[in-house]
Amino acid sequence: MPSDGDRSEPLTAAVAAASETGRSLTIVGSGSKSGTPNGSETVSTAGHEGVVDYRPDELVVVARAGSHLNDIESVLADSGQALPFEPPLFGGRGTLGGAVATGLAGPGRPWFGSARDALLGVTIVNGMGQRLSFGGQVLKNVAGYDVSSLMAGAFGTLGLLLDVSLRVRPLPETSLTLARECTPDTAHRLISDLLRKPLPVTATAYCGGVLRIRLSGSHEAASHAAAGLDLDLEVEDDLFFQGVRDHTHPFFSGFHGSTPPSTGGTSTLSHASEAGADSPAEGSGRLWMLSLPLGSVFDEANTLTEWASARIWWRTDADADTVRARARVAGGYAASFPPRLADVAPAVRKYMGRLKAAFDPAGILNTKLLSHAD
Amino acid sequence: MRNPRVINLLREQLSAGSVVTDTHALTPFETDGLTAIRQKPWVVALPETVKQVRAVLRICRENRVPVVTRGAGTGLSGGARPLADGVLLTLTKMNRILEVIPQARVARVEPGVPNAKITEATAPFGLYYAPDPSSQIACSIGGNVAENSGGVHCLKYGLTLNNVLGMTVQTLEGDELVLGGKTLDAPGYDLIAAMVGSEGMLGVVTEVVVKLLPEPFAKRVLLAAFDDLRRAGDAVAAIIRGGVIPAGLEMMDALAINAAEDYANAGYPRDAAAILLCELDGTEEGVNADVEIVRGILDEAGAAGVSIASEEAERENLWRGRKAAFPAAGRMAPDYYCMDGTIPRRELGDVLTEIAILSERFGLPVANVFHAGDGNLHPLILFDSSKPGELEKAEQFGGEILKLCVARGGTVTGEHGVGVEKLDAMCAQFADAELDQFHRLKAAFDPEGLMNPGKAIPTLARCSELGGMHVRGGALPHAELERF
Repeated sequence: MPSDGDRSEPLTAAVAAASETGRSLTIVGSGSKSGTPNGSETVSTAGHEGVVDYRPDELVVVARAGSHLNDIESVLADSGQALPFEPPLFGGRGTLGGAVATGLAGPGRPWFGSARDALLGVTIVNGMGQRLSFGGQVLKNVAGYDVSSLMAGAFGTLGLLLDVSLRVRPLPETSLTLARECTPDTAHRLISDLLRKPLPVTATAYCGGVLRIRLSGSHEAASHAAAGLDLDLEVEDDLFFQGVRDHTHPFFSGFHGSTPPSTGGTSTLSHASEAGADSPAEGSGRLWMLSLPLGSVFDEANTLTEWASARIWWRTDADADTVRARARVAGGYAASFPPRLADVAPAVRKYMGRLKAAFDPAGILNTKLLSHAD
Repeated sequence: MRNPRVINLLREQLSAGSVVTDTHALTPFETDGLTAIRQKPWVVALPETVKQVRAVLRICRENRVPVVTRGAGTGLSGGARPLADGVLLTLTKMNRILEVIPQARVARVEPGVPNAKITEATAPFGLYYAPDPSSQIACSIGGNVAENSGGVHCLKYGLTLNNVLGMTVQTLEGDELVLGGKTLDAPGYDLIAAMVGSEGMLGVVTEVVVKLLPEPFAKRVLLAAFDDLRRAGDAVAAIIRGGVIPAGLEMMDALAINAAEDYANAGYPRDAAAILLCELDGTEEGVNADVEIVRGILDEAGAAGVSIASEEAERENLWRGRKAAFPAAGRMAPDYYCMDGTIPRRELGDVLTEIAILSERFGLPVANVFHAGDGNLHPLILFDSSKPGELEKAEQFGGEILKLCVARGGTVTGEHGVGVEKLDAMCAQFADAELDQFHRLKAAFDPEGLMNPGKAIPTLARCSELGGMHVRGGALPHAELERF
């Protein structure tokens, strides 16, 4: 169980004090996602932790933003539940607030939804030092503007998250990961086929010439679906997708500090190719996250393709303009990793700026993240 | 306030017949689905293109004319109530399905497309659009976006917000915002989240990209009868705790059951105190496993009888009764007032009991038919508006139900929106600082306050005049006093 610490008062006071003097604040959780700007005063949600309310039969957990994801996940797992959006745990250091503020989701995203989709309510401190609550613990709630959802992926620039209320999902009875070596063309064909069928697929990945598909549900449903795929697939455990979720898979090595690469998965299939030609040497290139339509084709080396081909991780030395243009041609966009409030069209930027001012008129909360260009 | 020049300017931009000012022709536009509130607009503009929408907004801004955007007019909270001195921007002529991309499981549509038409257009690819509000044959996708519409399948498939990937928005200032797209994520703030459910207060949606899902292989509907309302409520929580997420989980009480039977003859047990309808979908094997789990839970929860409909005709029949419940209620009394609060599921039994007590106190019967799986109540208050004072009494009763929802940790509107109907109820749910934040959010998009003014968010003055009591999460001041 997470230790119980309510630091709402000091956190609110810290923002209120900064608001009076106009001092900039950088909000930090555990600091697990590198790339937060330095130089301004920091306000840390560390220690503001604990489950405020959790009722498994409501499928809702309310917890303090500084709670460690590992702690929350283990509380939920005790009741056979989990966070739907599978946020990266980053070795257990990641916080719940950080997961919501960055809006990062794991391998199940197309089927389980995003952080925003799970977010039912928030208590925030806005840039004026006011403590505000929006949303709540119910799924259907259309009273007022959806301020809670707006907080997901806003990187704390609109408010410091104190408490978040999240929908949870029941853990499936079983999860099977199937793997098969195949060409990119075959992988594309198989994924396209899966997208047309209502199968209990909950993750896909193509990396290093190996396609993996995760099936979840009841034993009967998952094993029947696996058999029905008739694709000469091989059964693995769930470690591979855990590795992708937490970025401990060798593909991500060099991007997350000293985290040792795990081998991920216990397949009898060779991992040699993943560790070799298709996983660039540690530290080489930049890591990009491309968001494309489901079932997209994106044929480049040094990629890990997940989310039924709607998300491509790409390690490349190509310059930012080239990467962005490639993503645009493919019908989506590219963001560097760790993610920031990426470039948007000027018209959208105008309203983002006004929204920022509506929540934080003095511009004291994580403001550097808004002006940062890749 | 009515500057005749505006009519001429609109006529210059829109095709003949698309600018309506004739008093008789305005009649169909004077109300939405909340028919107790009526107001003829000054002028109705019916653009056919994005360019025309932009022109209407420019004319309104330059002449400081307020503009109310309307879709099919099926909204239930008066969100599309026109203004006597305003333009009613009606988007029903923009009703083309622009693109269906089965591979990416998306469709790009204009705002006036009726909800059900999307599924109709995508069914040949084995795909469908999940949110299905009761009015889906008529209601438009643009209106669904404005209200964040739900339906019976929200628990498993989410609301409109969770099923929209992109949209194009025109602001009053003439900016065009392309938000999201065909991808799952988009850069920048999640402005889609700001727009969905904003009741036409922030901008005008001129295009929507919706997410499509593959039609499930198998569906079953379980019908469970209970002798006791509270036991039925507890069964709902037990199903969720059992690890099953039903595609739909609906509940009806005795009055609603009998009204539906009189009307649709769906085969519901007339002697039951409550029934649950539980739809399970997925693969054949997955559904079979879930049916066994749910049946076990229902038996354990004390269901007096459980039957299972596997054939499409049987399932349709069971749902027909549920869908007929509203028109059926219309036959029980000259008028009914449909409420829309949401509460945590665990409160179902208590809140239904308290509603029954209120019903006696006000002397007005209530039929309960609602989305039990997500705690979204739709008490139908039956009354007769021809009797002096009954409408007011019904509204007062409704207000009490909403306060009860807030006091139990819920919300004053689950899916119908605030509109003009629930402005007072909003004062109970939000404190001044939060309402003030809402107003600042609106001003970020519409600094001049010309987009659907006066809806959705009450002014602080209104709340303070009401002397309304702000309650949150059960933290009611002096909870020991009997109030509701």
